[in-house]
Amino acid sequence: MEARDLTAIRAVIARGKRWDWLFAVIGILCLAVGLLTVLTLVVNMTIDGMARLTPDFFINFPSRHPEKAGILSAWVGSLLVMLVTAMAAVPIGVAAGVYLEEYAKRGLVTDVIEINISNLAGVPSIIYGLLALGVFVYQFGLGQSILTAGLTLALLILPIVIVSTREAIRAIPSLIREGSMALGATKWQTCRYHIVPYATPGIMTGVIIGMARAIGETAPIITIGALTFIAFLPPIPGIDPGAGPFDWMMSPFTVMPIQIFNWTSRPEEAFQENAGAAALVLVVMTLLMNGLAIWLRYRLRKNLKW
Amino acid sequence: MTVSASSARPGAVSNRLAHNAMRHWGERLIEGILFCAAALSVLTTLGIVYILVKESVVFFQAVSIFDFLTDTQWTPLFDDAHYGIMVLISGTLVSSLVALLVAIPMGTIIAIYLSEFADSRVREIAKPVLELLGGIPTIIFGYFALLVVTPLLQKILPGLPGFSLLSAGLVMGIMIIPYVASLSEDAMRAVPMHLREGGYALGSTRLQCALKIVVPAAFSGLAAAYILGISRAVGETMILAVAAGMQPNLTLNPMEPAATITSFIVQVALGDLPHGSVGYQTIFAAGLTLMLITLTFNIIGIWLRRKYRENY
Repeated sequence: MEARDLTAIRAVIARGKRWDWLFAVIGILCLAVGLLTVLTLVVNMTIDGMARLTPDFFINFPSRHPEKAGILSAWVGSLLVMLVTAMAAVPIGVAAGVYLEEYAKRGLVTDVIEINISNLAGVPSIIYGLLALGVFVYQFGLGQSILTAGLTLALLILPIVIVSTREAIRAIPSLIREGSMALGATKWQTCRYHIVPYATPGIMTGVIIGMARAIGETAPIITIGALTFIAFLPPIPGIDPGAGPFDWMMSPFTVMPIQIFNWTSRPEEAFQENAGAAALVLVVMTLLMNGLAIWLRYRLRKNLKW
Repeated sequence: MTVSASSARPGAVSNRLAHNAMRHWGERLIEGILFCAAALSVLTTLGIVYILVKESVVFFQAVSIFDFLTDTQWTPLFDDAHYGIMVLISGTLVSSLVALLVAIPMGTIIAIYLSEFADSRVREIAKPVLELLGGIPTIIFGYFALLVVTPLLQKILPGLPGFSLLSAGLVMGIMIIPYVASLSEDAMRAVPMHLREGGYALGSTRLQCALKIVVPAAFSGLAAAYILGISRAVGETMILAVAAGMQPNLTLNPMEPAATITSFIVQVALGDLPHGSVGYQTIFAAGLTLMLITLTFNIIGIWLRRKYRENY
C-alpha cells in the first residue's frame, strides 16, 4: 500500500473519531441542561422559600396577610384527595390488569379495551377535568367536593396502575401458575393466592408513581371547581359536631398545587415567597415518592429469585 | 390423599359435581367483575366524547361553526362576544412549536448518547435524574418559568414582556425532554446488536453507526416518542396559565403573551360563570377542539408506527 493512501485513511479515521468525541460532549451538555434545571429549581425555591418554612406555615390557614398565611387546608386537602384516589384507583386498576393478563381472550373486545387504555394515557389532564365537571359535578350531582377530585384523579392514573400491574404479572414465570393449576386450583384461586401477592411489589411501584403524578395535578382540580381560598378544614368525623363519617368527602377543599398557583399569581413579593415555600414542600413530597418508587423497583430486581 | 373418581357411593360423586358447578359459577362471576373493571376504560372514553359533544352542541346552537373557525377575535366574556378559536389555537401552536424545538433535538441527542455512547456509570446517574425531572409537578415548572426564566430572558432580550409564550415554551420543552428521551432510548435499545456489529465491522465510527443504522431502524419508536411529546405540549396547561398570561392574542410571535386553549379553560373555571351560559359552554367547545387535535396527532402516530415498523 502506498504511503499516500495510508495517510488518507488515517485522516478519515481521525476525523470520524473527532466527530465521535464532539457528539459525546454535546450529549453530556444536553444531560447537563436537564440536571441544571432540577438543581436551579430546587435551589431557587429553597432560597425564596426557606425563610417561610416555620412550623406555623404548616398549621396556618391561608390569609390576606402573607406573613400569617399557611398551607394547612392545602396539605390536608391533598392528603384526603390522595386517599380517595388510592381507594378508587388501586382496586379498579389491579382488577383490570389481572383481567387483561389472566382472563382476557384475544379478540375484538380485548383489542378495544387495550386501545382505549393506551389512548387514555395520552389525553391531556384538563380533559379529565371537563369530563369530571360535566359528569361527576353536574350529572351525578357529587358537587365540587373531595370525592369528585379523588375520582377524577383515579381515572387519570388508572392507565399507569393497569400497565404496571400487567408488567408485574408478566414477570411471574408460568411455572407458578402451572404448579397451582396442577394442584387443582381454579384460575381465581391462582390469582388470589399466588399471582397478585407476587406481583404486589411491582404494583406498588406503579401505584406510587401514579400517586406522585396525581399529587401535582392542578388543571383537572381547578376545572372541577376547587376553590383557591379555603380557610377551613373538611368536617372530621367524631370531632366536629354533626359530622357524619363520610361528610368530609363532600366538602369543598383545596390542594397544594392550587395554593401555589394562587400565591404565584399575586403580585406582592411576600406571596411569591410563600409560593416558593409551598412549592418546595410539594417538590420534596413528589421527589420522595418518586425516589421511593425507584428504590422499590431496584430492590425488587435484586430480590427476584425465579 | 386418595382421590378416587370411581367412588362407589353415588352421593359423594354428585356432591363433588355440585361443588364443581358452584365453583364454576363463582369463577364466572369473578371474571365478570374483573371484566367490568377493565371495561371502565372504554366507559371513560365514551364519557369524555359524550360530555364534550353534549355540551358543545348547546354552544353551537348559539354560535355558528363558521364563525367559530374563522373569527379573529376571542372575547367570549364581553357584551359583543366573538368566538374565534383560531386565536387560542395560535397560542397553542406557537408555544408547542417552541417547546418541541427544544425537546425533540435535545431528547433525541440524549437518547442517542445514553444508548450508544455512555458507559453504565453515566447511565445510572442520568436515568434517575431524567425520571425525577419528569416527575416534577407542572405548576412548579410554571413557577420556575415566571420567576426565574422570564427575568433571565429579559436580560438577553430587553423587550420581552413579563408574560410570554417564549419563556413558557422553553420551560415546557425542558419538561417534555424526559418523555422523549426515555421512549427514544427504549426504541434504540430494542435495535438488535447484530445490526450495529455489522456497521462496526465495516469500519463505521460510533456516531456513524448511531445516525445511519440505529436511528433509521428505531424510527417507529422514535415517531411514537415524538408524537407523545407533541401531545404533551399541546395539552399542557399550568405552565402556560402561569407564565404566558391569560390574554387571548392572535399572534405568531413567541415574544408576546397569549392564551392557549388550555389556559383559557382554566381562566373560565377560576371565574364565576354560571353553568349553562354561553360563556361557560365555550370551555367544552374548546375542549372538544383540543381532543380533536390530540386525536389527529395520535392517528398520525399510529400510521407512522405501522408504516415504519421493522421486523428483526
